[in-house]
Amino acid sequence: MTAWWIRATLAGVAALSLALTGCGGADGGSSADRGGTVTVFAAASLTETFTTLGRDYEAAHPGSRVVFNFAGSSALATQITQGAPADVFAAASPATMKTVTDAGDAAGTPAVLVRNQLVIAVPRGNPDRVAGLADLVRPGAKVALCAEQVPCGAAARTALAAAGVRLTPATLEQDVKGALAKVKLGEVDAALVYRTDVRGAAADLDAVEFPESARAVNDYPIVVLKHAGNPAGARAFVDHVRSDAGLAVLTAAGFQAPPSR
Amino acid sequence: MSRPPRRRQRVPLALLLPAGLGLLFLVLPLAGLLVRAPWTTLPRRLAQPGVLTALRLSLETATAATLLCVALGVPLAWLLARVEFPGRRLVRALVTVPLVLPPVVGGVALLLVFGRRGLLGSWLDATFGVSLPFTTAGVVLAEAFVAMPFLVIAVEGALRGADPRYEEAAATLGAGRWTTFTRVTLPLVAPGVAAGAVLCWARALGEFGATITFAGNYPGRTQTMPLAVYLALETDVQAAIVLSLILLTVSVAILAGLRDRWVGVT
Repeated sequence: MTAWWIRATLAGVAALSLALTGCGGADGGSSADRGGTVTVFAAASLTETFTTLGRDYEAAHPGSRVVFNFAGSSALATQITQGAPADVFAAASPATMKTVTDAGDAAGTPAVLVRNQLVIAVPRGNPDRVAGLADLVRPGAKVALCAEQVPCGAAARTALAAAGVRLTPATLEQDVKGALAKVKLGEVDAALVYRTDVRGAAADLDAVEFPESARAVNDYPIVVLKHAGNPAGARAFVDHVRSDAGLAVLTAAGFQAPPSR
Repeated sequence: MSRPPRRRQRVPLALLLPAGLGLLFLVLPLAGLLVRAPWTTLPRRLAQPGVLTALRLSLETATAATLLCVALGVPLAWLLARVEFPGRRLVRALVTVPLVLPPVVGGVALLLVFGRRGLLGSWLDATFGVSLPFTTAGVVLAEAFVAMPFLVIAVEGALRGADPRYEEAAATLGAGRWTTFTRVTLPLVAPGVAAGAVLCWARALGEFGATITFAGNYPGRTQTMPLAVYLALETDVQAAIVLSLILLTVSVAILAGLRDRWVGVT
């Protein structure tokens, strides 16, 4: 009985360690290749473009793999400073990037990848005839904003202050995709999101441009991280997205090229 | 509810070891919170107005959700435990769906039904001008949706464990089903209902996914403690830890107060 129990335990431990080393081995083996796995933490608003860019990168670098973690930039910054295993960080604001550089987690100085501007997202056809920020405070109008803790919320606050509009939103979403979803579902009449987000949801939504958004342009910094497990792959990926071909993908989605280029 | 006498025996290592590991696994993260808590600035952080607003909203909505769950869940549990009807097993399975459904999906599902364009929501909006998303009532609804299975399962278990002869005796003495339920069954399973309500309340208190999806996030209206914790985490980990500690203290105090009773039932 005892012998049987020991054998069973040993078999279990062996199987477990095999499974564990199996997983580790696969990762270790591929990062020994020229490409390897690049883990990219990127702002939620980069979801579509970076997914495309990741596929392009994989095609250009056979044997490599790009893994993404898309979320609100502030959440990503927190994860990175708490030791999450990331190679590249692309944030939607210099403020969230600063969290990471202040913590000494960046390798080198972040570069501005693109810029993005806010628009008012409304259901397709603009049924409420929203023309500007002032229309969002009409009685009964329901508006979703991002929470001030995330870049799109900070930008929204700046833009609303510039317009002198005092808006009480129905909800303060945790990231820009949350705000977007609330308009798509028809639960709110409008949301302040990035131009690129509406471009990606053109089947359901229209974008209303407003002049005050120029006062709240968000720079998107990108950086290779200090504790990157695959620094060579990380640099190659950053070079790829900052190349002319990479920028073409980003500008086609509605991002603006950085001013220095 | 008498227990078999326990004999003092050596605890087998094969049980003791995993049990110890299990305990460590549950307790270590809590210890992490306590170690990293900003104790020196704690009083100042507790006094911030947003904290108490979120805590009060959390306690109120969790309590309201529990009352809703008791009002609807106890009869549902009784039906499942005492009445033979076709499809009972299916109904029992359906009741547990919110347990396995990711709460965010639960929130979307609630929007599709109670949202402004939802199946019932559009009618509610057109007929009564009532709109549930982004309201405190919406928070209660989201919490009740996620927490009700805990109550139903606990109460049904208590009902199945209760001796049916008391109810049969009441029936032979001329009591109708309603009288039997209120005078015999309910007092008999009261500890089970209490235990289920506590579980339900604890689950409602910690609810995040369905709440932020269905009710959104607005301070004082729909921002409960878990939502405040998540947003605090975006910028200020220390603040998030403080908020978590408050929630932890409150829930542990409540659960510890009722735990013995709960164990006594099952």
